[in-house]
Amino acid sequence: MTKKRALSYLLNFAGVAVLFAALTAMFAFNGFGDSTTYVEGVCTTACYTIIMVASLNLVVGFMGEFSLGHAGFVSVGAYVAAITSNALAGRGLSDAALLIVAVLAGGLAAGLAGVLVGIPALRLRGDYLAIVTMAFAEIIRVVFCNLEITGGGRTMSGILKLSTFGSTFWIMVVCVTIMFLFVRSRFGRTVQAIREDYIAAEASGINVTFYKVMTFAVSSFFAGVGGGVYAHYMTAMIPTNFDFNYSAELLSEVIIGGTGSLTGSIIGAAFLSALPELMRQFSTYRMLGYSVVLVLVMLFRPGGIFGRWEFSLTRALEKLAGRGKSKTGAPEPLPESPAAKPAPEKGA
Amino acid sequence: MTFSLFFQSLINGLNLGATYALIALGYTMVYGIIRMINFAHGDFIMIGAYTLFYTVPLMVDSGMPAWLAVAAAIVVCAIVGVLVETFAYRPVRKAGPMSALITALAMSIFLQNLAMVLFGSRPHNVSAIFSLPSVSVAGVTVSLNVVLTIVIGLAIMLGLQLFVQKTKLGKAMRAVPQDRDASTLMGINVNRIITVTFAIGSALAAVAALMYCTTYPRVTNDMGTTMGMKAFIAAVLGGIGVIPGAMLGGVLVGLIEVFVRLFAPGWYEAVTYATLIVILLVKPSGILGRNTGEKV
Amino acid sequence: MAETTAKTPILKAQNLGIQFGGLKAVDDFNIEIGQSELVGLIGPNGAGKTTVFNLITGVYKPTEGSFYLCGERMNGKKTHQIVHAGIARTFQNIRLFKKMTVIENVKAAMQEHLTYGIAQAIFRTPKYWAEEAAATKRAKELLEVVHLSGKEELEADNLPYGQQRRLEIARALATDMKLLLLDEPAAGMNPTETEELLEIIDYIRDAFKVSVLLIEHDMSLVMKICERIQVLDFGTTIAAGTPAEVANDPRVIEAYLGKPRKEAAKDA
Repeated sequence: MTKKRALSYLLNFAGVAVLFAALTAMFAFNGFGDSTTYVEGVCTTACYTIIMVASLNLVVGFMGEFSLGHAGFVSVGAYVAAITSNALAGRGLSDAALLIVAVLAGGLAAGLAGVLVGIPALRLRGDYLAIVTMAFAEIIRVVFCNLEITGGGRTMSGILKLSTFGSTFWIMVVCVTIMFLFVRSRFGRTVQAIREDYIAAEASGINVTFYKVMTFAVSSFFAGVGGGVYAHYMTAMIPTNFDFNYSAELLSEVIIGGTGSLTGSIIGAAFLSALPELMRQFSTYRMLGYSVVLVLVMLFRPGGIFGRWEFSLTRALEKLAGRGKSKTGAPEPLPESPAAKPAPEKGA
Repeated sequence: MTFSLFFQSLINGLNLGATYALIALGYTMVYGIIRMINFAHGDFIMIGAYTLFYTVPLMVDSGMPAWLAVAAAIVVCAIVGVLVETFAYRPVRKAGPMSALITALAMSIFLQNLAMVLFGSRPHNVSAIFSLPSVSVAGVTVSLNVVLTIVIGLAIMLGLQLFVQKTKLGKAMRAVPQDRDASTLMGINVNRIITVTFAIGSALAAVAALMYCTTYPRVTNDMGTTMGMKAFIAAVLGGIGVIPGAMLGGVLVGLIEVFVRLFAPGWYEAVTYATLIVILLVKPSGILGRNTGEKV
Repeated sequence: MAETTAKTPILKAQNLGIQFGGLKAVDDFNIEIGQSELVGLIGPNGAGKTTVFNLITGVYKPTEGSFYLCGERMNGKKTHQIVHAGIARTFQNIRLFKKMTVIENVKAAMQEHLTYGIAQAIFRTPKYWAEEAAATKRAKELLEVVHLSGKEELEADNLPYGQQRRLEIARALATDMKLLLLDEPAAGMNPTETEELLEIIDYIRDAFKVSVLLIEHDMSLVMKICERIQVLDFGTTIAAGTPAEVANDPRVIEAYLGKPRKEAAKDA
């Protein structure tokens, strides 16, 4: 049993490493010709978007509540991380260490903001909660517009360029793995029970408010981490980057990918963040196309492309090797297998 | 604060508030009937404003009064509203709130980008629709244009209230949200009622566009986002689904915006949103909304 | 579990009541349930039976009176705290975690018995594995009690109606309660299923040493298994006693069968 578990971990890790090696090799040897730098940029964007989208899916998919203010938490992470790295620059930290410290600081700040917003907001449900999260995100934006340290409403530039494709990729892998393990534990189970029926959850001894706020905080933490990576990739930002449209974009990526499926979030984020870039030739029409795709997916796959299905490398390999023996069609209780990362470059 | 500044601000606040109230009515009526936040509603104002931009000169050239252009705007907006409902919202209506929400967001993106493709992203200036003089009352200069728009706004809201309370169609519109199945059994064509609701809501957005353009004659393809969001906040503040609530909320948001701007220009949006949060936490269904708890 | 002496009742309610607006939904409700007792709560539709459950489980806050679990006052506690203290329930209109598997439904109710933290979950420490394995084992045992073995991995929503009701009981058992509240557990069941349910309830009472308070519409069922019965009508208790006593009480017969409602209300 334990052996199988270890093997499964190893397999998944190997899968991710192979993917990383392949991409890095492509970038190193100009595998995409003239557009290599460009593709590398798209992949990096996809990686940090995955963190943000997967974190939002904790709230939307697993807790079953809309949040229209995720960009607010992303911005808290982005600004706090940027301020942290600026303050610590030149203290002898390596780039990687500096990035990790900055991103963690951003994540913690966003997580704290999540607790502060979540305690009052999560008393509401459904549309009302969505509206209140949107209102909080707007307030956060206004605050950043008025603070001197964040540029006072103007662009904050000169943030260190610390996020490379490599660092972003591995931060993404760590974040997604942690979220996956979180969901596949008593915490995820509890939150899903709340999603299914909060009255029954309460009657089963679950402190509904506590676990809701906790999940919201975890979600905000990773949103902040994503924001921190974003800041150190873009090197300049303005509070209006994190407006309602950004929240709406993240939410649509969650729902297109599949609410309650981290695999869906990964692919949804990778694909949709690459899509507008890939359609750049048709720049005027690309957002039109994007909106049509959204409506079509909602029409034909209301639960998102992946629904609640999770990809498992172990299972896929077992199937491939024909070891599927006497298994009935029902999905078995998975051994630990973090969803292996699908290739973000597939769309390229 | 001097009296004249106060009075001036009050007039401005009411003007802005009446505009928000008209837009908020559109959100509220649609939410009331199909429990859906129509994110594309703000963009209907943009469509109304573009229609005004193109039709006002036509009216003037053909010797007709400029305000007749609003009739064109009303027709165009109502048609767009009905089209959006029929082709985007109706097919996903059974698929649950998440799908509805995303479809509405998608329609908002669609309309904004369609406008950009058609009209470009540069702002357009709408020529003056009303040209009334300003008058001085007790040392306060008041633009009669503004007074007129406030009057129009109030008249429309009153008319709408009468329509919903007194007419058969209005009664059907109130019946459907209460119990859709029972309404069907009573011989109400629910789909038709929903279509009518969209048409009226969108027409109100056209009037709001007129009011907005009288004061700020600039049209851009993304003007609907901010306007829509504030009006939406107004609708929720007053109690979404409740028509008088939308009016109260609209005026409240308008006044907060104008008065906070006097003291802390950078913070007025934050104050509006904070007011919303506080009110929702105290009374989760808005000021005039009805509480509905879940039965165990 | 059984630190209570025979004297302290498991559940004791004193003058418990609640008003909605001007309406007294439940008024002056008194009850005492001893260790391993099986008490029935009956009454016509709208008599306030489910409201009593909602009061005892903290869904509603009583406006009058108080109630005690093993001598500890429970008024004003939140539902999850009351569950913690030892009262668990099922629902009249089945409330399962529909899109979760059968075993996860049961494990979700064990939340408070698991102690590993977030970090332990993320690093999958031995404590995580041990606790999860123990929870799974316990959940399987409970599913066996309600005759749902072999259905562990099905989605709860896909179970037939009668099995869903039994799953709710297993979920309630998972909270490790002292008092089990069953809200019309046999509603919608056919005679065979009802028979099976009665066996299960009987077994639970003996094997888990719990007391049961049961709401039921079906008089014959209640008469068959309850040791004592309390009858509610219009929020007030109109009779209490052994099944035989209650069955012959004229006011009960009145409330159930005869006499215009107006008179019954006047009497109350």
